[in-house]
Amino acid sequence: MNAFDEERLARLIRALPPAPEAWVRAAQELPFARPEFDEIVARAEADAEFRKRLVADLESALEAEGYERDPFVIQELRVRFRSK
Amino acid sequence: MAAAISDRELVARCRAGDEQAWAELVERFSRYVYAISVQAFRLSDADAEDVFQEVFGRAYQHLDSLRDDSAVRPWLAQLTRRLCIDRLRAKAREQPVPEEELEDAGTEETLSLLEESLVVHEAMAEIPDHCREVLDRFFARDESYRVIGEALDIPAGTIASRISRCLARLRELLEGRTEPTPPSSSR
Repeated sequence: MNAFDEERLARLIRALPPAPEAWVRAAQELPFARPEFDEIVARAEADAEFRKRLVADLESALEAEGYERDPFVIQELRVRFRSK
Repeated sequence: MAAAISDRELVARCRAGDEQAWAELVERFSRYVYAISVQAFRLSDADAEDVFQEVFGRAYQHLDSLRDDSAVRPWLAQLTRRLCIDRLRAKAREQPVPEEELEDAGTEETLSLLEESLVVHEAMAEIPDHCREVLDRFFARDESYRVIGEALDIPAGTIASRISRCLARLRELLEGRTEPTPPSSSR
Protein backbone atom coordinates (compact mmCIF):
# COMPACT_ATOMS: atom_id res chain seq x y z
CA MET A 1 0.00 0.00 0.00
CA ASN A 2 1.22 3.49 -0.76
CA ALA A 3 0.85 6.48 1.50
CA PHE A 4 -2.66 7.14 2.69
CA ASP A 5 -3.29 10.78 3.36
CA GLU A 6 -6.50 11.80 5.12
CA GLU A 7 -8.19 12.84 1.92
CA ARG A 8 -7.50 9.56 0.20
CA LEU A 9 -8.56 7.51 3.19
CA ALA A 10 -11.78 9.50 3.47
CA ARG A 11 -12.48 8.89 -0.23
CA LEU A 12 -11.89 5.18 0.14
CA ILE A 13 -14.13 4.85 3.19
CA ARG A 14 -16.80 6.88 1.45
CA ALA A 15 -16.68 4.67 -1.63
CA LEU A 16 -18.38 1.77 0.16
CA PRO A 17 -21.60 2.98 1.75
CA PRO A 18 -23.82 0.31 3.27
CA ALA A 19 -26.20 -1.52 0.99
CA PRO A 20 -29.87 -1.01 1.87
CA GLU A 21 -30.64 -3.00 5.02
CA ALA A 22 -33.59 -4.82 3.50
CA TRP A 23 -31.45 -6.13 0.65
CA VAL A 24 -28.83 -7.41 3.05
CA ARG A 25 -31.43 -9.04 5.28
CA ALA A 26 -33.09 -10.74 2.32
CA ALA A 27 -29.75 -12.15 1.15
CA GLN A 28 -28.91 -13.29 4.67
CA GLU A 29 -32.19 -15.16 4.86
CA LEU A 30 -31.38 -17.18 1.75
CA PRO A 31 -30.83 -20.43 3.65
CA PHE A 32 -34.37 -20.15 5.00
CA ALA A 33 -35.98 -18.96 1.78
CA ARG A 34 -34.30 -21.38 -0.58
CA PRO A 35 -36.60 -24.37 0.09
CA GLU A 36 -39.67 -22.24 -0.62
CA PHE A 37 -38.13 -20.91 -3.83
CA ASP A 38 -37.30 -24.45 -4.98
CA GLU A 39 -40.83 -25.56 -4.19
CA ILE A 40 -42.41 -22.73 -6.21
CA VAL A 41 -40.13 -23.37 -9.18
CA ALA A 42 -40.93 -27.08 -9.10
CA ARG A 43 -44.63 -26.30 -8.97
CA ALA A 44 -44.35 -23.86 -11.85
CA GLU A 45 -42.52 -26.43 -13.94
CA ALA A 46 -45.20 -29.03 -13.27
CA ASP A 47 -48.24 -26.75 -13.50
CA ALA A 48 -48.44 -24.64 -16.67
CA GLU A 49 -51.41 -22.67 -15.35
CA PHE A 50 -49.58 -21.67 -12.19
CA ARG A 51 -46.54 -20.70 -14.23
CA LYS A 52 -48.70 -18.55 -16.49
CA ARG A 53 -50.10 -16.73 -13.48
CA LEU A 54 -46.60 -16.20 -12.09
CA VAL A 55 -45.42 -14.66 -15.33
CA ALA A 56 -48.50 -12.46 -15.61
CA ASP A 57 -48.43 -11.10 -12.06
CA LEU A 58 -45.88 -12.67 -9.79
CA GLU A 59 -46.80 -11.15 -6.46
CA SER A 60 -50.55 -11.63 -6.87
CA ALA A 61 -50.05 -15.25 -7.91
CA LEU A 62 -47.91 -15.94 -4.85
CA GLU A 63 -50.33 -14.19 -2.54
CA ALA A 64 -53.26 -16.12 -3.98
CA GLU A 65 -51.42 -19.35 -3.21
CA GLY A 66 -50.67 -18.29 0.36
CA TYR A 67 -46.91 -17.77 -0.03
CA GLU A 68 -45.33 -15.12 2.18
CA ARG A 69 -43.75 -12.03 0.60
CA ASP A 70 -40.12 -12.99 0.93
CA PRO A 71 -37.90 -10.46 -0.90
CA PHE A 72 -35.37 -13.09 -1.96
CA VAL A 73 -38.03 -15.44 -3.30
CA ILE A 74 -39.71 -12.62 -5.21
CA GLN A 75 -36.45 -11.36 -6.71
CA GLU A 76 -35.29 -14.80 -7.70
CA LEU A 77 -38.64 -15.71 -9.21
CA ARG A 78 -38.75 -12.41 -11.05
CA VAL A 79 -35.40 -13.19 -12.60
CA ARG A 80 -36.40 -16.78 -13.32
CA PHE A 81 -39.74 -15.94 -14.90
CA ARG A 82 -38.97 -12.42 -16.12
CA SER A 83 -42.20 -11.22 -14.58
CA LYS A 84 -43.15 -7.77 -13.22
CA MET B 1 -17.74 -5.23 8.85
CA ALA B 2 -15.87 -7.29 11.42
CA ALA B 3 -13.40 -9.62 9.73
CA ALA B 4 -12.71 -11.93 12.63
CA ILE B 5 -12.22 -14.98 10.44
CA SER B 6 -10.60 -15.32 7.05
CA ASP B 7 -12.56 -15.47 3.82
CA ARG B 8 -11.38 -19.05 3.39
CA GLU B 9 -12.71 -20.12 6.78
CA LEU B 10 -15.93 -18.22 6.28
CA VAL B 11 -16.62 -19.96 2.98
CA ALA B 12 -15.80 -23.34 4.49
CA ARG B 13 -18.31 -22.71 7.25
CA CYS B 14 -20.96 -21.60 4.77
CA ARG B 15 -20.40 -24.76 2.79
CA ALA B 16 -20.90 -26.78 5.95
CA GLY B 17 -24.33 -25.21 6.33
CA ASP B 18 -23.50 -22.65 9.03
CA GLU B 19 -26.25 -20.03 8.65
CA GLN B 20 -24.43 -17.51 10.85
CA ALA B 21 -21.41 -17.76 8.58
CA TRP B 22 -23.60 -17.08 5.56
CA ALA B 23 -25.03 -13.98 7.27
CA GLU B 24 -21.46 -12.84 7.95
CA LEU B 25 -20.41 -13.47 4.35
CA VAL B 26 -23.30 -11.37 3.06
CA GLU B 27 -22.48 -8.62 5.55
CA ARG B 28 -18.80 -8.69 4.60
CA PHE B 29 -19.35 -8.33 0.86
CA SER B 30 -22.70 -6.51 0.66
CA ARG B 31 -21.17 -3.06 0.30
CA TYR B 32 -18.77 -4.23 -2.37
CA VAL B 33 -21.46 -5.89 -4.49
CA TYR B 34 -23.76 -2.91 -4.04
CA ALA B 35 -21.04 -0.40 -4.98
CA ILE B 36 -20.02 -2.28 -8.11
CA SER B 37 -23.56 -2.16 -9.45
CA VAL B 38 -24.42 1.43 -8.55
CA GLN B 39 -21.05 3.15 -8.86
CA ALA B 40 -19.17 1.23 -11.53
CA PHE B 41 -22.18 0.29 -13.67
CA ARG B 42 -24.58 3.03 -12.56
CA LEU B 43 -27.57 0.68 -12.38
CA SER B 44 -30.88 2.03 -11.16
CA ASP B 45 -31.93 1.05 -7.63
CA ALA B 46 -34.39 -1.51 -9.00
CA ASP B 47 -31.79 -3.14 -11.25
CA ALA B 48 -29.13 -2.97 -8.56
CA GLU B 49 -31.46 -4.73 -6.14
CA ASP B 50 -32.13 -7.50 -8.67
CA VAL B 51 -28.42 -7.91 -9.30
CA PHE B 52 -27.65 -7.88 -5.57
CA GLN B 53 -30.11 -10.67 -4.82
CA GLU B 54 -29.06 -12.64 -7.85
CA VAL B 55 -25.36 -12.42 -6.92
CA PHE B 56 -25.95 -13.78 -3.45
CA GLY B 57 -28.53 -16.26 -4.71
CA ARG B 58 -26.05 -17.70 -7.19
CA ALA B 59 -23.22 -17.56 -4.70
CA TYR B 60 -25.27 -19.53 -2.21
CA GLN B 61 -26.26 -22.05 -4.84
CA HIS B 62 -22.80 -22.48 -6.36
CA LEU B 63 -20.53 -22.11 -3.36
CA ASP B 64 -19.50 -25.73 -3.84
CA SER B 65 -18.06 -24.93 -7.25
CA LEU B 66 -15.61 -22.37 -5.86
CA ARG B 67 -12.20 -24.01 -6.27
CA ASP B 68 -10.28 -21.79 -3.90
CA ASP B 69 -12.21 -20.65 -0.83
CA SER B 70 -9.94 -17.66 -0.34
CA ALA B 71 -10.88 -16.40 -3.81
CA VAL B 72 -14.46 -15.61 -2.84
CA ARG B 73 -13.93 -11.86 -3.23
CA PRO B 74 -12.80 -11.87 -6.89
CA TRP B 75 -15.41 -14.54 -7.58
CA LEU B 76 -18.21 -12.32 -6.23
CA ALA B 77 -16.79 -9.28 -8.02
CA GLN B 78 -16.69 -11.15 -11.31
CA LEU B 79 -20.21 -12.49 -10.83
CA THR B 80 -21.50 -9.01 -10.03
CA ARG B 81 -19.81 -7.50 -13.08
CA ARG B 82 -21.19 -10.19 -15.34
CA LEU B 83 -24.74 -9.74 -14.04
CA CYS B 84 -24.48 -5.95 -14.33
CA ILE B 85 -23.37 -6.26 -17.95
CA ASP B 86 -26.21 -8.72 -18.64
CA ARG B 87 -28.62 -6.22 -17.14
CA LEU B 88 -27.26 -3.35 -19.24
CA ARG B 89 -27.40 -5.45 -22.39
CA ALA B 90 -31.01 -6.41 -21.67
CA LYS B 91 -31.86 -2.74 -21.17
CA ALA B 92 -30.05 -1.85 -24.38
CA ARG B 93 -32.21 -4.31 -26.28
CA GLU B 94 -35.34 -2.57 -24.97
CA GLN B 95 -33.95 0.92 -25.49
CA PRO B 96 -30.89 0.92 -27.75
CA VAL B 97 -27.81 2.77 -26.52
CA PRO B 98 -24.50 3.26 -28.32
CA GLU B 99 -22.25 0.23 -27.95
CA GLU B 100 -19.44 2.44 -26.61
CA GLU B 101 -21.63 3.35 -23.64
CA LEU B 102 -21.89 -0.32 -22.75
CA GLU B 103 -18.16 -0.74 -23.20
CA ASP B 104 -17.47 2.22 -20.94
CA ALA B 105 -19.62 0.80 -18.17
CA GLY B 106 -17.78 -0.56 -15.18
CA THR B 107 -14.58 1.33 -15.73
CA GLU B 108 -11.45 -0.30 -14.41
CA GLU B 109 -10.67 2.87 -12.50
CA THR B 110 -13.85 2.66 -10.46
CA LEU B 111 -13.53 -1.07 -9.95
CA SER B 112 -9.99 -0.77 -8.64
CA LEU B 113 -11.05 2.09 -6.37
CA LEU B 114 -13.73 -0.16 -4.91
CA GLU B 115 -11.27 -2.99 -4.46
CA GLU B 116 -8.92 -0.70 -2.58
CA SER B 117 -11.83 0.64 -0.60
CA LEU B 118 -12.72 -2.88 0.48
CA VAL B 119 -9.19 -3.33 1.79
CA VAL B 120 -9.58 -0.13 3.83
CA HIS B 121 -12.93 -1.26 5.20
CA GLU B 122 -11.42 -4.60 6.17
CA ALA B 123 -8.64 -2.77 7.99
CA MET B 124 -11.30 -0.79 9.83
CA ALA B 125 -12.35 -4.06 11.44
CA GLU B 126 -9.01 -4.03 13.23
CA ILE B 127 -9.26 -0.59 14.77
CA PRO B 128 -11.20 0.03 18.01
CA ASP B 129 -14.98 -0.06 17.76
CA HIS B 130 -15.41 3.63 18.63
CA CYS B 131 -13.07 4.56 15.78
CA ARG B 132 -14.66 2.27 13.24
CA GLU B 133 -18.10 3.54 14.20
CA VAL B 134 -17.30 7.21 13.88
CA LEU B 135 -15.42 6.84 10.58
CA ASP B 136 -18.12 4.70 9.05
CA ARG B 137 -20.92 6.98 10.18
CA PHE B 138 -19.22 10.16 9.00
CA PHE B 139 -17.75 9.04 5.69
CA ALA B 140 -19.65 5.99 4.49
CA ARG B 141 -23.07 6.79 5.94
CA ASP B 142 -22.71 10.54 5.46
CA GLU B 143 -24.12 11.35 8.91
CA SER B 144 -23.75 14.82 10.41
CA TYR B 145 -21.81 15.58 13.60
CA ARG B 146 -25.11 16.11 15.38
CA VAL B 147 -26.52 12.73 14.35
CA ILE B 148 -23.27 10.96 15.22
CA GLY B 149 -23.05 12.75 18.57
CA GLU B 150 -26.57 11.70 19.48
CA ALA B 151 -26.09 8.11 18.33
CA LEU B 152 -22.79 7.61 20.14
CA ASP B 153 -23.62 9.85 23.07
CA ILE B 154 -20.58 12.07 22.63
CA PRO B 155 -20.39 15.87 22.30
CA ALA B 156 -20.68 16.91 18.65
CA GLY B 157 -17.77 19.32 19.17
CA THR B 158 -15.35 16.45 19.79
CA ILE B 159 -16.20 14.50 16.67
CA ALA B 160 -13.89 16.27 14.23
CA SER B 161 -10.86 15.62 16.41
CA ARG B 162 -11.96 12.04 16.98
CA ILE B 163 -12.25 11.50 13.22
CA SER B 164 -8.79 12.89 12.73
CA ARG B 165 -7.28 10.63 15.42
CA CYS B 166 -9.09 7.60 14.05
CA LEU B 167 -7.95 8.31 10.50
CA ALA B 168 -4.39 8.52 11.78
CA ARG B 169 -4.79 5.19 13.52
CA LEU B 170 -6.21 3.60 10.40
CA ARG B 171 -3.44 5.09 8.33
CA GLU B 172 -0.79 3.64 10.64
CA LEU B 173 -2.41 0.26 10.38
CA LEU B 174 -2.59 0.36 6.60
CA GLU B 175 0.91 1.59 6.13
CA GLY B 176 2.17 -1.10 8.43
CA ARG B 177 4.28 1.33 10.41
CA THR B 178 2.94 0.10 13.74
CA GLU B 179 1.17 -2.96 15.05
CA PRO B 180 -2.55 -2.41 15.66
CA THR B 181 -2.98 -1.03 19.16
CA PRO B 182 -5.27 -2.71 21.67
CA PRO B 183 -8.88 -1.50 21.55
CA SER B 184 -8.77 -0.19 25.13
CA SER B 185 -6.00 2.35 24.50
CA SER B 186 -6.61 5.82 23.11
CA ARG B 187 -4.28 8.28 21.50
